[in-house]
Amino acid sequence: MATSEKSTVTLPASLEGVEPVQSVRTPASLDYTFTAGQAQSRFLRGLTEGKIIGEKAPGGKVYVPARGADPDLGVPTTEPVELSHKGTVTSFCIVNVQFYGQGMQVPYTSALILLDGSDLPLMHLLQEVEVSDVHIGMRVEAVWVDDADIGPTLESIRYFRPNGEPDAEVHQPGEHGWADEEAAGR
Amino acid sequence: MTEVVQATIQFPYKRSLGPVVGAFMTALTDRRIIGIRSGDRVIAPPLEWDPDTAEELAHDFVDVGPAGTVESWSWVASPTTQHPLDVPFAFALVKLDGADTSMLHAVDAGSVDAMRTGMRVVPRWRAEREGHINDLECFVPEAAS
Repeated sequence: MATSEKSTVTLPASLEGVEPVQSVRTPASLDYTFTAGQAQSRFLRGLTEGKIIGEKAPGGKVYVPARGADPDLGVPTTEPVELSHKGTVTSFCIVNVQFYGQGMQVPYTSALILLDGSDLPLMHLLQEVEVSDVHIGMRVEAVWVDDADIGPTLESIRYFRPNGEPDAEVHQPGEHGWADEEAAGR
Repeated sequence: MTEVVQATIQFPYKRSLGPVVGAFMTALTDRRIIGIRSGDRVIAPPLEWDPDTAEELAHDFVDVGPAGTVESWSWVASPTTQHPLDVPFAFALVKLDGADTSMLHAVDAGSVDAMRTGMRVVPRWRAEREGHINDLECFVPEAAS
């Protein structure tokens, strides 16, 4: 392989003039067949219609993205719930390191977003905001891809962006998250 | 109703070879196979360190093969996309002429009936070589070459 690196390869005299090989590419790949299951199929199909579909457990908690079962009770979640496209940042990470296959300009922010009406935060990108302005409690809304590009993937939501609402109060999220608690006057 | 998602995850590994394996790969680009002297033995493919004493070996390379003898083998009846050949083949330990150790590679013998321990094999080289173990596409029975 052509290289301008200083050669570290010791060649015997018989190989004089042969271009030294310094490195080798050994890509590995794994092919997956993934069965989404009933709950995630409802969620993914909802995305194709511009809806965010969670699942309600018998105990009242709402999960999105749903895994089909309630981890508290160990029972299936069977009741689909359409959720708001607005939510609250519960945690975030500013990515400053460029890595292979990233497809994003650094720095950018990955955030956990608790959608109004949900009890489980969703991880997604935050855009249209300086990374230094991102904070816990920030109110955000989903920005969807164009209708022509929509599909059964969370990438149908291009990213979340601040929606201008006042911050949610920072406290432990309870049933159905922060915004509903605020609405309840707590 | 559920649906199935097909996905592929890829890891684009690149690793540096160092002075000894680098020389081995370089030799492959020239359609040659080299080993390294370790005391009275010749180790092929070459190692950077003496497997008995863990001492660093001097870079004293020797040409080996290109023909060799199958010391052991295992037939792969149904190759997957990850295998070096897309037809049934044998993974074999081949002791190259002049070497005291054997190297693992594929043998394209056409049929399991053509395989036997002790058979003589020679390399089949790729027309385009880039410094990779697959530059040596596989070994083939000497008589068939």
